[in-house]
Amino acid sequence: MNRRIGNLFIVLAVGLLGLIAMTTYWQVVARSSLEARQANVRLVYRDLAIDRGSIVSSDGVTLAESKPGTLDGRTVYFRHYPTGGLAAQLVGYSSLLAGRAGLERSLDPELTGSTGDLTGVINSFDRLKGDTVRGDEVILRLNAAAQKVAMDELTKLGARGSVVVLDPSNGGILVMASTPTFDPNTGLEQALSDPGSPLLNRATQGLYPPGSIFKVVTAASALDADVVTPETKFPGPSCIDSGGQKLCNFRDRAYGPHSFGYALIHSINTTFAEVGADLGKDQLEATMRGFGFFSRFPWDYPPEQSLPSGIFNRRGNLIDPSAPIDVPRIAIGQERLLATPLQMAEVATAVANGGQIVQPEPVQEVRAPDGSVVRRPSPVYLGRAMTTETATTLRELMKQVVDEGTGGAAAVAGLDVAGKTGTAETGTAGKNDAWFIGFAPAEASRFAFAVLVEDVDGTGGDVAAPIAAAVLRALTAQTT
Amino acid sequence: MPDRGFLRLPTRNRELALIALALLIATAGFAAVQLARAQEFASSPLIAAAFFAGAYLIAHLVVRITLPDADPYLLPITAVLTALGLIEIYRIDAKLARDQGLWIVLGLVLFVGVIVAFRDIRRLETLRYTCGAVAVVLLLATIVLGSEVNGARLWIRVAGLQIQPGEFAKILLVIFLAGYLRERREVLAAPARKVLGIGVPALRHSLPLLIIAGASLVLLVAMNDLGSSLLFYVIALAMLYIATGRLLFVGLGAGLFALGATAALQITPRVQTRIDGWLHPWADEQAQCCYQITQSIYTIADGGVLGAGFGRGVILNSGGGTIIPYAQTDFIYSVIANEMGLVGATAVILLYLLLAWRGFRIATTADDGFSKLLAAGLATAVAFQVFVIVGGVIRLLPLTGLTLPFVSYGGSSVTANFAIAGLLLCISQRANRERV
Repeated sequence: MNRRIGNLFIVLAVGLLGLIAMTTYWQVVARSSLEARQANVRLVYRDLAIDRGSIVSSDGVTLAESKPGTLDGRTVYFRHYPTGGLAAQLVGYSSLLAGRAGLERSLDPELTGSTGDLTGVINSFDRLKGDTVRGDEVILRLNAAAQKVAMDELTKLGARGSVVVLDPSNGGILVMASTPTFDPNTGLEQALSDPGSPLLNRATQGLYPPGSIFKVVTAASALDADVVTPETKFPGPSCIDSGGQKLCNFRDRAYGPHSFGYALIHSINTTFAEVGADLGKDQLEATMRGFGFFSRFPWDYPPEQSLPSGIFNRRGNLIDPSAPIDVPRIAIGQERLLATPLQMAEVATAVANGGQIVQPEPVQEVRAPDGSVVRRPSPVYLGRAMTTETATTLRELMKQVVDEGTGGAAAVAGLDVAGKTGTAETGTAGKNDAWFIGFAPAEASRFAFAVLVEDVDGTGGDVAAPIAAAVLRALTAQTT
Repeated sequence: MPDRGFLRLPTRNRELALIALALLIATAGFAAVQLARAQEFASSPLIAAAFFAGAYLIAHLVVRITLPDADPYLLPITAVLTALGLIEIYRIDAKLARDQGLWIVLGLVLFVGVIVAFRDIRRLETLRYTCGAVAVVLLLATIVLGSEVNGARLWIRVAGLQIQPGEFAKILLVIFLAGYLRERREVLAAPARKVLGIGVPALRHSLPLLIIAGASLVLLVAMNDLGSSLLFYVIALAMLYIATGRLLFVGLGAGLFALGATAALQITPRVQTRIDGWLHPWADEQAQCCYQITQSIYTIADGGVLGAGFGRGVILNSGGGTIIPYAQTDFIYSVIANEMGLVGATAVILLYLLLAWRGFRIATTADDGFSKLLAAGLATAVAFQVFVIVGGVIRLLPLTGLTLPFVSYGGSSVTANFAIAGLLLCISQRANRERV
């Protein structure tokens, strides 16, 4: 009997040793591959252990911060957005549920202190010691007060839309509003499935027919190419024949003989179609490239959230440069031409800047946890969209758009506002995309902007220009 | 050599020294959890350690008086195992640890009761049929009155307490089988008839065994738990093998069970789910089949060789619950592997191996058939239960609802295992006494 007892013990002992072998497999062999699996909550705990840096507006409003909490006996940091939907698309989110987007994503290395610089090196030691890793604080160029006005104005209309304000001197993003918005604290899950696409940053991902605001680009191209001067005379009928199809002025209005400058101020389609035909495809496209069309701005934002503007085919792709286009209709901002509000704000920036295109810059300063400045971006000039003389000419003409033309509603007391209205057909009868782009003050501009309101009955002058005025008032109230 | 010196110590002093070592581990463990998890020092874990120490010292004194020649290693092994379990349960939830502390004290009371009552183990042999009957009643009660927890019907509710009668039925069944097999082993081993060249015992002798086989399958379906059913059946087969030496029985029995279990699976969806989770755990990690087992594997893997340290692993979720459901019971091994690493997990398995070795050694040194069968049966019960539950949480076997003896949270499990320890000590007292 004892021999059998011994045999049974051996069988059971082999079983128990098998347990040790299998445990060894998981803890030694399979460990690293299991560590990286998405369903492993330890990844989340590791992220939560980092005291992610705050994101603050230039006027001192905290847009994103980390709040300490306790999870399984350790201190962890939960992301909180005190201003909710105020700049939700620009700032983005860092969420266990939905991952990261916006600046929370593009600035992640700095916010988590995992850059290659000194902070990153110090943090990798902290990680080894088990101390809390603290990320850098990011101060944005964003003006929270003006951003709020922009959001309120758009929300008041109950419309989808966007407001972008750039500082022409350095590309700083002063306002980047997009409606509808979402609350990244509580509304993220709902926003993911919302048919109104609140997660979409309409300033950088929304592609809209620019309509008459594109005439600024056409005018820059024509003036630079010496196709016209401001004084060149045009006939001004209500409609012309373009490529076998009628092309008419807004509300079929006839103007009579007028100068090219007058045509820009009063947004005369027939004249710009004629100028477009004279310019030709190659010249217009070259100017568009100079303004930044056909490529993404290489700025500090997730690339898939910043789309290029340009001429798109029916499948929604940028068309081949060799493909034929209806140049006269492109010249008035219609046909298959689509642009983001950010691109159109850059058009205004170029005019305000004497022709220079400056890269959009969300960040004013990055500060280490000890308060020292890690990074302070300097302006990046991306090239010249037009000559200084052309820019000066356009500036004068765009000033008159507000003073005596279609953009009167953008006038702000004590501020010289220059601009251009746009009312683009959307394909739905009676509904337009209302635009207003411009800059202020007209000389030594501090603000260059684009306002877009989707699918409204009114015109750019009626709907978009007043929003620009309200935002400009907020900006000047802040800075003077 | 110091170990020679240790081995030359009187038996009971060796036991006392080892218990002192276990208490040192317990105190250090509690302190480590306390340091890792609380900002300030609290005395409650030290008080708990003191209570733990007191209970074990009293148990030791009773053994010293009643069973002076009994095995000196069993009680210290249980002390280390219960201490490690209590520390990890305390780390999960202090309130659960208070309960578990109470169960351990109750378990030691039962342990003392057993060694006082069955100091002469032969007394138990006369009660074999009573034990068998009570075992059947307990199991029937579980099936009839049982409430489902986590899909398995293993518990009955008595006076507000959840009791797992299977844990006690298991011991009673081993006692019954030890008595029964000692009585019938000759007729079972040397069959009177041959069928197809294979010796088959007369039906009246083998009937009880067929009943056990059938009953195990009934249990599988009724309790909805493969683990308990498998455990009962393997204990019976192991004891049958020791009693008769007929491996053929074991082979036939195993085949019979495999066939029956495969058929029974069709009507036990929970067990089917567990088998899916065993075979394809990564298919859908959030699904019913696979969440527990994949989270268990992540938890174990995260421990690495040296472990996260007591109280420093990732065990709880933001709601304060455990990431792995039932971490304090079925998955306590995963928590140990996480916080103590491969080193600690291996130590725990080796402690069970040591426990089994002492059990089987007691079986070989005992001089009567009943004691031998009883000791071997009880040792098998503990070792195989460890194999099935740990095998389940590390995906060596399908997941089952068994507890890790002495370590898992649960009053029935803790007290029943102390009863096993008590019985083994009683057998060893008689065996060692007679050798002297």
